[in-house]
Amino acid sequence: MRALRNLWRNLPVTAKIGTILLGVFVLAGIIGPLLVSNSPGYENASPSLSLQPPSANYWLGTTQSGQDVLSQLLSGIRLTLELALLVGVIATALSVIVGVTSAFLGGIWDELLMLLANVFLVIPALPLLILVFGYLPGKGQLPTIIVLSALGWQWGARVIRAQTLMIRNRDFVAASRESGEKSWRIIFFEIIPNEVSLIASSFVNTVLYAIATSVALAFIGLADLNSWSLGTMLYWAQSQQALQLGAWWWFLPPGIAVALIGTALVLLNTGFDELGSPRLRASRGSARIAGKRVWATDPTPVIPHLAASPSRVSAFMHSFSRSSLLDDTPAGGELR
Amino acid sequence: MKPILEISDLSVAYRAEGGDVRAVEQVNLTLHAGEVVGLCGESGSGKSTLAYGATRLLRPPAVVTGGSVKYYGNRITQGGHPVDILAQSKKDLKALRWREIAIVFQSAMNALNPVLRVEDQILDAIRAHLKMSGGEAREKAATLLDLVGIPRARLRSYPHELSGGMRQRVMIAMALAADPEVVIMDEPTTALDVVVQRDILAQIVELKETLGFAILFITHDLSLLLELADRIAVMYAGRLLETGSSQEIMRDPAHPYTRGLLNSFPSLHGPRRDLVGIPGSPPDLRSPDPGCPFIPRCAYALPSCSEVDMALDRVKGDSRPDHLTACPVVSVSQEGVLS
Repeated sequence: MRALRNLWRNLPVTAKIGTILLGVFVLAGIIGPLLVSNSPGYENASPSLSLQPPSANYWLGTTQSGQDVLSQLLSGIRLTLELALLVGVIATALSVIVGVTSAFLGGIWDELLMLLANVFLVIPALPLLILVFGYLPGKGQLPTIIVLSALGWQWGARVIRAQTLMIRNRDFVAASRESGEKSWRIIFFEIIPNEVSLIASSFVNTVLYAIATSVALAFIGLADLNSWSLGTMLYWAQSQQALQLGAWWWFLPPGIAVALIGTALVLLNTGFDELGSPRLRASRGSARIAGKRVWATDPTPVIPHLAASPSRVSAFMHSFSRSSLLDDTPAGGELR
Repeated sequence: MKPILEISDLSVAYRAEGGDVRAVEQVNLTLHAGEVVGLCGESGSGKSTLAYGATRLLRPPAVVTGGSVKYYGNRITQGGHPVDILAQSKKDLKALRWREIAIVFQSAMNALNPVLRVEDQILDAIRAHLKMSGGEAREKAATLLDLVGIPRARLRSYPHELSGGMRQRVMIAMALAADPEVVIMDEPTTALDVVVQRDILAQIVELKETLGFAILFITHDLSLLLELADRIAVMYAGRLLETGSSQEIMRDPAHPYTRGLLNSFPSLHGPRRDLVGIPGSPPDLRSPDPGCPFIPRCAYALPSCSEVDMALDRVKGDSRPDHLTACPVVSVSQEGVLS
């Protein structure tokens, strides 16, 4: 718990916002579908319930065929996040395996694996995906996950290979080799811990890529149109002329959700960067000392009497600031 | 002699989890025009914090918590009242730094930009602080290198093409670019071997004689200061323990800590003797005990030492007005020897 709190403290503000935002969406994806009574696909036959703007019963209105948009949105978030996280895990694992192996083995293996990665790098992903999906028999989640993972590892692999090459030549790795550590131990205990921030940011990037690509594919109809993801929502909204009908409640929510999830991931990524290299944090940004905002390039502040800590609300707000790293204000904000 | 920089009651704290670290506590130190004041103390004693705090160069979480730093330079005050650096705006400080108070930073390795030629770095400093045409500035850069004894051809070199001593000289040349009144030197020779160190110190003294600036020389090497400095201030745990001329410090060190420092290196003259270090390690500055911070390591400590207010005062029985110590226990005995 204490470790978690320290981690939270050490996150830069942008990453905190990203974490909270992503947390909201993950929560919405997990418990959201349980909270709404209408199933996303249920078509209400009553014509009076077709294309209704948001109301007390239908918070985000209804579609052309009387389906609940809110229910669709929550299921869509769940499905899209599921897919993206799975792709992220698989593709990142692939890139770590390829990158580290390539750098560690070197020689012909390095050449071969990097040749493979380079080939994948120059493949234009989206057109290929469109082609692949055009010929695939089923269009469910699984093929999407497999294809996206297979096309999403090469960037990360190259970056991780480069980093591994650098770390491999450091003295501490040489020392552990001399002291007789086994290769797998060197890889998992000496090298990979030094790449955690890189791997994490590669993961976040891959998730971002998976969301963007899967939504784009679904939007042009290359997905299982019987399932409800953010992409298929946009597909149906587009194919049933939501824009022309002025039904903003139909296409805006999934669009905004995609945009916000993307924003959250990008913000989170900057956080991983700074977590990985604390120097980034020290060299820019500001601290709040006794209520004064002080930038790193400012003259040292002159504060004759350092004030005691602030109220509850400002203490909570304070936890978002960099200076919260500097003083151990209790959560309630009691006087020190 | 007239004062040029007067630090009084300066306190600097670093905000930290579990309490502020009071790195500098109520330090008084005056630098006179054309004088070399040596500031010495062990690592973490607050010497650099004192110098950078007085020029307000410390980054957060540092806070100046009290005192004043008065600057008497003529270019700024025009013979009028001194300016208080602690009250100055960012803009005023920019005009003051480098032009009036320049700093030679500790590691020339890191202070020089590795991807810029020496000339460009010196020109940067000149352009930022002096109004000069391109040709004049170039000429000025070349003269600066002449001053520190580096061939002009080296202007086109990159830092990695210079030796450690040359890099340090370039740093000194850069500090002198705007003809400052005060130069703060933060361990300028620590990374160098003794031969180069000697060269550079000789150079510094020579430059001081010709250009007439005052030097605040920070180092942990007391033996070096005994040779170089006019006056020496000994710092420990954020406080000044003793100030005096280098003669006074060398002959009659009054504070037990200064004695400990002097006993930890061999003398070139006199009989051989066993070196005695100072046992123990410095105190935690987050929650300092009352009184003298040196008590736990002091051989002369009395129960009354925890009530000492650490103000600098004349050594008991000593008539010299400039030899000040924070220790009220040690006094001059009948034979004129400190006991």
